[in-house]
Amino acid sequence: MSGIFLGMPVHAPRGVGALRGAEPFPVAARTALANTQLRRNLGHATATIRAKRAAVVSELDDWEELRRAGEAIKTATMTRLDEHLEQLERAFTARGGTVHWARDANEANEVVTRLVQATGEREVVKVKSMATQEIGLNEALEAVGIAAYETDLAELIVQLGHDTPSHILVPAIHRNRSEIREIFLREMAGVDPMLTDEPRMLAMAARAHLRRKFLSAKVGISGANFAVAQTGTLVVLESEGNGRMCLTLPQTLITVMGIEKLVPTWTDLEVFLQLLPRSSTGERMNPYTSTWAGRHEGDGPRDVHLVLVDNGRTATLADEIGRQVLNCIKCSACMNVCPVYERTGGHAYGSVYPGPIGAVLSPQLTGIEDNASLPYASTLCGACFDACPVRIDIPSVLVHLRAKHVEQQREDHRLPSAEALSMAAASWVMSTSTRFSAAEKASRIGRLLGARRGRITMLPPPFSGWSASRDVPLPPRESFREWWAGRGGATS
Amino acid sequence: MTSAKEEILGRIRAALGESRSVPTVVPRDYRTHGSDEPGSPAVLDLLEDRLVDYKASVHRTASADLAGTVRQVLAALLPEGGRVLVPAGLPPDWVPDASTDEGFDAPTLDGFAAVVTGCAAAAAQTGTIALDGAPDQGRRAITLVPDIHVCVVRAGQVVQTVPELLARLDPTRALTFVSGPSATSDIELQRVEGVHGPRTLAVVLVTD
Repeated sequence: MSGIFLGMPVHAPRGVGALRGAEPFPVAARTALANTQLRRNLGHATATIRAKRAAVVSELDDWEELRRAGEAIKTATMTRLDEHLEQLERAFTARGGTVHWARDANEANEVVTRLVQATGEREVVKVKSMATQEIGLNEALEAVGIAAYETDLAELIVQLGHDTPSHILVPAIHRNRSEIREIFLREMAGVDPMLTDEPRMLAMAARAHLRRKFLSAKVGISGANFAVAQTGTLVVLESEGNGRMCLTLPQTLITVMGIEKLVPTWTDLEVFLQLLPRSSTGERMNPYTSTWAGRHEGDGPRDVHLVLVDNGRTATLADEIGRQVLNCIKCSACMNVCPVYERTGGHAYGSVYPGPIGAVLSPQLTGIEDNASLPYASTLCGACFDACPVRIDIPSVLVHLRAKHVEQQREDHRLPSAEALSMAAASWVMSTSTRFSAAEKASRIGRLLGARRGRITMLPPPFSGWSASRDVPLPPRESFREWWAGRGGATS
Repeated sequence: MTSAKEEILGRIRAALGESRSVPTVVPRDYRTHGSDEPGSPAVLDLLEDRLVDYKASVHRTASADLAGTVRQVLAALLPEGGRVLVPAGLPPDWVPDASTDEGFDAPTLDGFAAVVTGCAAAAAQTGTIALDGAPDQGRRAITLVPDIHVCVVRAGQVVQTVPELLARLDPTRALTFVSGPSATSDIELQRVEGVHGPRTLAVVLVTD
């Protein structure tokens, strides 16, 4: 055996990118919940999109068959991921493209920076991409004096508002029309001061603002929704036409993509081109989808690059239960149906991936210790699983990650936690009926704690942490076993 | 030193371990064909319904009247003095006074008010038209920069479902799928037509 163990999966590194929040979810959520404007905006937006999604999903009588096919295609892709990636590289390269590999966010940022610097340009136009958000590409480019212009309307609102994204599809979902109008009036050079808050007028303002940038851009940066391994075809779905601008007008195109975004064959896309638009924007089809396979002579960029990024994905793949999260096609349906997301919004999750999918993806990319509160940011109601177009069992993965977190805490701390102690005590009490009856009687002391309100709102330490966000019902005057015995029931 | 590629592939193999050899069967019992034949009246009606729903206009014509219909549609849409661009492979009699694309740069393309093209195929169920860069469609930029896109779709090119559409396309070409004019749902998740792409999409549907 050599000293080096080649290929141990590693988590996304600290100090770069946007996978970790400054504070744990419960703390951030408390701030968000106090913001009534935010809650109104989110309630309105998620209700709108839920209704649209339900309407277009009900048009297809084979929706469940499509979901099962989507799940199986992605699962099959992951079990042969290495082969599919090599096949993609061969096909893309054969058609004149260049493929780069990046172990983590730092390496991906270095690769892209080098490619942009080689063109001599100081500006790039960007089409919305979760991968570049995740690795903090804009910040890395800015550090070397390259300006990255976001061109998606919602990303533009976020960028002009010096804000961070709060939703993977509509990053400015937390802003309403009048807030957007104010941001445009304040930050958009040369904007019409008579700008109204009508959405069509706001969209027109964005068109005018970005038009010259598009027509003069020399370097475009994109993500990819899918890559077809067999043919080397990259696929971007979008609505506004900003994607087409970035993908076709510049001379150089750099696409940054997570290694999990593959499908094996062109035919497989027939499933996802039905699942994704209906699940994400609630449309039968998004206005524009672009595909390209390497370089196309006389059509679009002359210099075409693809950067394949790991950044914690192989670590996620190593977990047999958790790996299904890599099947995600980033539609955001789970966010729109989640009762927790609807109330807290995306910023509370800290990571660029919020909502139910973020709660299972972010801790796996970073290692659970860096996003330990996220697997608990859920009621386990299961709405996310029902909405997921590729049937990711998010509730089961949440429970699995909670268990992993508890196990890790046990390993990290020699002394057992309050939770572990109380579980051990409960196990001792519940293992014989005499101890259990005694405990039932003793619990009646608890009635004193909530005598006035009829419920217990605060427990003494070490249980105070648990009761900070939960009320405890008063222990009953009489236990079931006492009631049963009182009615002449047999005892075991 | 190990390359990033070797290391990532090594990590994947280590992560999968023995599960790498477990095959997954993909159930394909979803619809791969429509209930109606490509080009049938039902499929054309569905395409028109879906295009109009997403704010494209549809103009039916017989092939004998095609050139006249294209010119009528243009006349109704073009602003005063607006110039028309066509790809090199478009029949020259459709728009005789149009300029043919010579690989113009983006600012020059921006000087054209409208573009007229054919298409590769269309899917009725989603109101989607596919362009594949064939001579009657041209390179991708010409259907993007001008503000009006007049697209000629022939009955025989219209299938009912998305799987049938993909089966007709070559994934090694640069493809653009267009479903209505440019739009956004980024403000309060309401769909608004008209952002960066053509704000007007007019479809001339040749029914025979």
